[in-house]
Amino acid sequence: MLAATFTLADGRDLAYLVAIIGFITALKFLSSPKRARQGNLIGAAAATLAVGMTFTLPELRHSGRNLVLAIIAMVLGAAIAVPVARFVKMTAMPQLVAIFNGVGGGAAALISIVELLHLHSLGLQPAIYVTVEVLLGVLIGSVSFSGSAIAFIKLQELITGRPITYPGQQLINGLVGVAIAVMIALALATGSIGYVWVILGLSLVLGVIFVLPIGGADVPVLISLLNSFTGLAVAASGFVLNNYLLIVAGTLVGASGIILTRLMSSAMGRSLPNILFSAFGAVITATGGEEGDASRPVRAGTPEDVGVLLAYARKVVIIPGYGLAVAQAQHTARELEEALKARGVETFFAIHPVAGRMPGHMNVLLAEANVPYDDLKEMDEANPEMASADVALVVGANDTVNPAAKSTPGSPIYGMPIIHADEAENIVFLKRSMRPGFAGIDNDLLYDPKTTMLFGDAKDTLQKLVSAVNDA
Amino acid sequence: MIGLIMQSASSGGSDTGIIAFLTVFALAIFVGIEVVSKVPSILHTPLMSGSNAIHGIVLVGALIVMGEAHGTGQLILGFLAVFLATLNIVGGFVVTDRMLEMFKGKPSERAKPSADQASKAEDGSGAAS
Repeated sequence: MLAATFTLADGRDLAYLVAIIGFITALKFLSSPKRARQGNLIGAAAATLAVGMTFTLPELRHSGRNLVLAIIAMVLGAAIAVPVARFVKMTAMPQLVAIFNGVGGGAAALISIVELLHLHSLGLQPAIYVTVEVLLGVLIGSVSFSGSAIAFIKLQELITGRPITYPGQQLINGLVGVAIAVMIALALATGSIGYVWVILGLSLVLGVIFVLPIGGADVPVLISLLNSFTGLAVAASGFVLNNYLLIVAGTLVGASGIILTRLMSSAMGRSLPNILFSAFGAVITATGGEEGDASRPVRAGTPEDVGVLLAYARKVVIIPGYGLAVAQAQHTARELEEALKARGVETFFAIHPVAGRMPGHMNVLLAEANVPYDDLKEMDEANPEMASADVALVVGANDTVNPAAKSTPGSPIYGMPIIHADEAENIVFLKRSMRPGFAGIDNDLLYDPKTTMLFGDAKDTLQKLVSAVNDA
Repeated sequence: MIGLIMQSASSGGSDTGIIAFLTVFALAIFVGIEVVSKVPSILHTPLMSGSNAIHGIVLVGALIVMGEAHGTGQLILGFLAVFLATLNIVGGFVVTDRMLEMFKGKPSERAKPSADQASKAEDGSGAAS
C-alpha cells in the first residue's frame, strides 16, 4: 500500500530530508579540526543530491526551454566559480567568501521576486503572509548582496578600508530604513506588485550605506553577519516556495552565523553593535593620529644587526600579520624559524585570532607553508611567554600588537585583546613604511626605545634575516 | 481557525500549513545555534566559508522558480538566480575545501610518528634492561 503510493515527489522530498541531515552533520563536523574537511565534503554531497533530485520536478522536465536555460546558467556559474575558487591567492580568501555570499543573497532576492511575479501572472492574489515572506526575502537578500559587494571592494582596497562617514549619516540611514518600512506597509495594504521594485532598490541602497561606515579591520565580522543574513534570505525563499530544505538550510546558516559573528567579535574584544555602529556620529580623530608624522624619532636597523640579535637570543616570538600574507612571506618566515631553531633558539609563532584579515586566516597561511602545528601558539597561550622573550619579531602586523588597545580608552581599538609584544626585551618591526595599520591608528610601540624598525617588503627582509642568522 | 490558515496556505501548491513551516523554522534555529556553539578560533574562517556554501542550496529554489517561469521577464530573472546561486554553491564548497586542505591531518600526522617513536624507545629501553 505504502510502496504503491510512493511517488517521484516523495522521492524528491526524501532526498531533501537526507540533504538536511547532511547539512547539519556538515556544520557539526566543520566545528572540529579533525573532521572539518570531511564535513565540507558531506555538505557538498548533500547539496549535489538535492540539486540533482530537483531536476525530477515535472515543471522543469517538461519545459524544454526553461530546462535548457537552467542548465546553461549552471554551467556558466560553475565554469566561473571553480577556477576563481581554486586559483585566487589565499590572501584574497576573505574577499572571495564575501562575493560568494553576496551572490547567494542576490539569488534569494530574485527567487522571491520571480515567485511573486509568477503568482500574479496566474491571476492569484497571494495571502498576506506570502507577500510578507517575499518582501522579507527581497529586503534581506538585497542588503546582503550590495553589502557584500561593498565589503569586497573594501577588502580588495578599491576604496579605502577606513570607515567612510559623512554628516547626517545616521539620519540618512534611518530615513532609508523608514522608507523601506513604509513601502512594505503600502505593498501589504494595496497588494500592488509595483512596490517590490522600489523595495528592491531601497534595500540595495541600504546594504551600501550600512557597510560604508564599517572599518576595514571589522569587515570580516561584517562578512560573517552578512553570511547569516543570506541564510535568512534563503529561509525566506523557502517559506515563499513551501520548501523545507531551503527553510532548514537557510535557518541553520542564519542561526549559526549569528553565533559565529558573536564569537568573532568577542575574539576582537568588541561587541557587535560597537563594530556596526561605532563610526556613526563619532568624531573620528584617530586618537594620536596627529603624532604619526615623521617628526617623531624611530630607530631603523639593518638586517645584519637584527640577524645577530636573533641568532644570539634564547627565545624569539614571531608575530605575523597581514603584511606577511600580502608579501607571500609565509615560506620565508618558516625558513627563518628553522634557521633559528637549528641554532638552538626557542622560536614560535604567536597568532592573534584576527591576524591576517579573518579569524584563523594566519593559521591557514602558515599551515600552507608547513610550519609545524605545535609552533603556532594562540594569543592566550603566547601572551604569558612574552615577558620572557628576548625578541618579539613583528612581521607585517600592527594593530594586533598596539598597546593603545590596553592603555588608551579613546582609541577605536580600545579593549581589543592584543599580543603583548611590548613586554619582550627587544621588539623588531618588519614594515613597509611608518603608515598606520588597517584600523588607521598610530602605534606608539613603533617609537618605543626598545623597538628597531626594518623597512621593506616582508619577504625580502625575512630573506636577508635568514642569511644574516646563518652568517652570525 | 487553524484549519482555515492551513487551507489558505495550500495556494502555493503544497497542502502543508504555514504553522508547520514555522515549527520547522523554530527548531532549525536551535539546531543551528547548538551545532556551532564550540568552535576553535582557527576554524572560524573555514566554518564561515562552509556555511556560506550551505546556503548556496538556494540553487534548488532558483531551479524551482526557473521551472515555472513564464514570459521573458521571469525567465531572465530566473536565469540570473540560477547563475548566481551556482556561483555561491560551487564556489563556496570549492574554496572551503581548499582552506581545509591545509589542515589535513596535520596534528594527527604529527602526533602519530612521535608516539610511535616514544613507544619504540620505551620498548628499546625495556629490552635493554
